[in-house]
Amino acid sequence: MSIEIKNVTKKYPGYTALDDITLNVQTGELVALLGPSGCGKTTLLRIIAGLETADAGSVILEDRDTTNLPAREKNVGFVFQHYALFRRLDVFENVAFGLRVRPSGSRPSKSEIRDRVEYLLKLVQMDWAMKRYPSQLSGGQRQRVALARALAVNPKVLLLDEPFSALDAKVRQELRRWLRKLHDDIHVTSIFVTHDQEEALELADRIVVINKGRIEQQGAPQEVYDHPANAFVYNFLGNVNVFHGRVKDGKVLVGDKLIEAGPASGIHGAFDGQAFIRPHEIGISRIRSSANDLSGFIRDIRLMGGQIGLELETKAFEKPIEAEIPREAWRNLQLSKGDEVFITLDRVKVFTGDYEI
Amino acid sequence: MQTNTDTPKQNRAPLKRNDPPAVQAILILLTFLFFASFIFMPLGLVFAEGFRKGAQVYLDAIREPFALAAVKLTLVTAAIVVPVNAIFGMTAAWAISKFSFKGKTMLVSLLDLPFAVSPVVAGLIFVLLLGTRTGFGSWLGEHGIKIIFSTPGIVIATLFVTFPFVARELIPLMEAQGREEEEAAITLGAKGWQVFARITLPNIRWGLMYGMILCMARSIGEFGAVSVVSGHIRGMTNTIPLHVEILYSEYNYTASFAVSSILVFLAVATIAVKSVMEKNVHNHQHTQH
Repeated sequence: MSIEIKNVTKKYPGYTALDDITLNVQTGELVALLGPSGCGKTTLLRIIAGLETADAGSVILEDRDTTNLPAREKNVGFVFQHYALFRRLDVFENVAFGLRVRPSGSRPSKSEIRDRVEYLLKLVQMDWAMKRYPSQLSGGQRQRVALARALAVNPKVLLLDEPFSALDAKVRQELRRWLRKLHDDIHVTSIFVTHDQEEALELADRIVVINKGRIEQQGAPQEVYDHPANAFVYNFLGNVNVFHGRVKDGKVLVGDKLIEAGPASGIHGAFDGQAFIRPHEIGISRIRSSANDLSGFIRDIRLMGGQIGLELETKAFEKPIEAEIPREAWRNLQLSKGDEVFITLDRVKVFTGDYEI
Repeated sequence: MQTNTDTPKQNRAPLKRNDPPAVQAILILLTFLFFASFIFMPLGLVFAEGFRKGAQVYLDAIREPFALAAVKLTLVTAAIVVPVNAIFGMTAAWAISKFSFKGKTMLVSLLDLPFAVSPVVAGLIFVLLLGTRTGFGSWLGEHGIKIIFSTPGIVIATLFVTFPFVARELIPLMEAQGREEEEAAITLGAKGWQVFARITLPNIRWGLMYGMILCMARSIGEFGAVSVVSGHIRGMTNTIPLHVEILYSEYNYTASFAVSSILVFLAVATIAVKSVMEKNVHNHQHTQH
């Protein structure tokens, strides 16, 4: 067990940032803490690093209780959202910092430091910039230097606080894949915090969804995506259409339309609930394929690259339904604004109770 | 993003504007006239008056033992005040910019008090507090510690009137820089003093120097507060400004202006150091772009 977080609680005046969080991370794992801003995920990361102290609970790193250890003795690599590179030091000295501040007994020799820094800068593909200053680098380059700096001290765990959120979309995606590859090569136990579900799904071995200081669900990305434990998780992991209605025997009565709820529902008895469906799970066709299909009109068409977004108006629902179909299907169906289509909602998922977004 | 956190004072290229040449000429002329009548001419007069009776009289006036004692006391005072206020300013700026605590807003407002209150009042406060009228003052007196009408009193009064300079300079700077670099250093295993020496101090050094220079200029020139606590004992508790005032009130104009010229020299030297530093800051920023 590499990281064990036991019953960690942290309260600030007016709200609870973390409410009795227990979480285990295996050696070599890459775990995403996913949640909306203000859900407590960054606080948890900072508590593991020792930059904040928990009100209750303990943090165990590699079988050693480090709860009360000062941050500098935890041997944790921390990568900040805004890089936090030392502006007065060049790239080489930034990476060398953690080695240079060691007490003289355990400090490596000058040539060892040089070798280690050069190795790390090659690893992050920044060895060409050793004499540059942080202000001369782009955001993506700065973050790679920050990563090398964190790795220089051979940390037991690597903690990344929204590492890519300050970068533009293209660089973010590139760096994401690059980090995944790097992790596969060096296998340092890592936790990263993100509010971007795509990032978590693509990068992590395991996703921990956090909301209001509590863990909502954890599991492999595919598992969390396909079998969300509750409405919050379902909603947070992607775009959704929400229908409020009466649920009975696996069917949802929305408006005057009875929709067959998806296989996962399996809830019996009648209750007020919500039904969810993702835009890309909605079937669109020109002809009615079953009696359950809704008929509707295309109110708007949005070109979104590979996918086509449709805004559908139906008699059954007040709010328009958002659907997404591949460009290919759109071309085959020859859809245009105002056309009548039939809408298949048989992959709808039902959760109990009301959930506020 | 680098430059604007470096120092609040910056040299920016003036905006190109299409004002008519006549307007430009008039504005430039007015500026020169103002400088000439309020800065160049008075400063020139100081030297002219000092040298009116010849170089010998000028030199005698500034080499006279009381004048030398005043110069020494002024420099000793500045030598104590500037480092103490630098340390105080860094501490206060650190506390205010990097922690949140109760009464912080009040503290920031109170920081300006020495600027807001008349120096004479500042001096009187210390006479009251440390003079023989209060229990504390007489207790000090009984134990042979003399503060008012001696060097410690002058140092304390000067400390009071100059203490905002460094803190005022550093607070916006440190607030803009945030805590992340220090936190990064801590997670990399640096001890407190290593973080301070390697990260914090280099990041604030130009702001710190600037604050210290302003602090020095004011502590050399301070008159009001020092005048109240000094007691004007010649050769003992007279600083340069007090010595000038005494000479002047004795109608010894030449000597008065001669000694004044020392203050002018010190001021010019301070400004020179400041402008060299500003140039440095400027170049330094450019090498990092």
